[in-house]
Amino acid sequence: MPAAPTIRVQAEDFDQQEEINALTAGKCDIGAVVSFTGLCRDEAGTLAALELEHYPGMAEAQMRRIADEACERWPLDGVTVVHRFGKIAPGDNIVLVVTASRHRQAAFDSAAFLMDFMKSKAPFWKREIRKDGSEGAWVDARDTDHDALERWQ
Amino acid sequence: MVKLVYFAWIRERIGKSEEEIELPDDVETIADLIGHLRTRGEEYALALQVPEVVHVAINQEHRQHSDPVSGAREIALFPPMTGG
Repeated sequence: MPAAPTIRVQAEDFDQQEEINALTAGKCDIGAVVSFTGLCRDEAGTLAALELEHYPGMAEAQMRRIADEACERWPLDGVTVVHRFGKIAPGDNIVLVVTASRHRQAAFDSAAFLMDFMKSKAPFWKREIRKDGSEGAWVDARDTDHDALERWQ
Repeated sequence: MVKLVYFAWIRERIGKSEEEIELPDDVETIADLIGHLRTRGEEYALALQVPEVVHVAINQEHRQHSDPVSGAREIALFPPMTGG
């Protein structure tokens, strides 16, 4: 029986290693842990921060639905999903997915599945805050993010 | 009465984050609701001018535009999500 997924939506930062330790503490039957950390990226050097808006209540509920589906599709021994909101500076953490299983393929595949669905189905929206103080644009959804869901049909 | 909540640029264009409205009897589906809201003023028409990009959740669960609005306590309208 897998542990219930750990789902958190928070303004504060997270520590990837602490989250992995919490998932595996006291267990000897886990053979694989995969973690993915999404960072705030600034390719042009013009970004002061991203402002992440979310739908309180639904964000957590939707993350839980996605995690529950991952647990149905793969034999997982643990899942942790953490997503931040508020102002996040370039280089800082935005999202964390950790999956644990007996074997690596389930851990790899479920982590990719979780991230694909987090990007397109979890109610978060990113807006740019520019270094020059000008009002930045809302980040556009990418077709490739939507297309990524199709491989899980 | 049903509570409507708006997010991201849909919230900005409408100019408010939430409101309570009475749904007319002829609003049966989400598509009907979007059509009705577009008649409420220029800001709504601007926010909802491309219905295909408007995502809708009823009682905090994703729904399709063809789904009914009956039983809704809270209906959220928002643009494509960009989390992760």
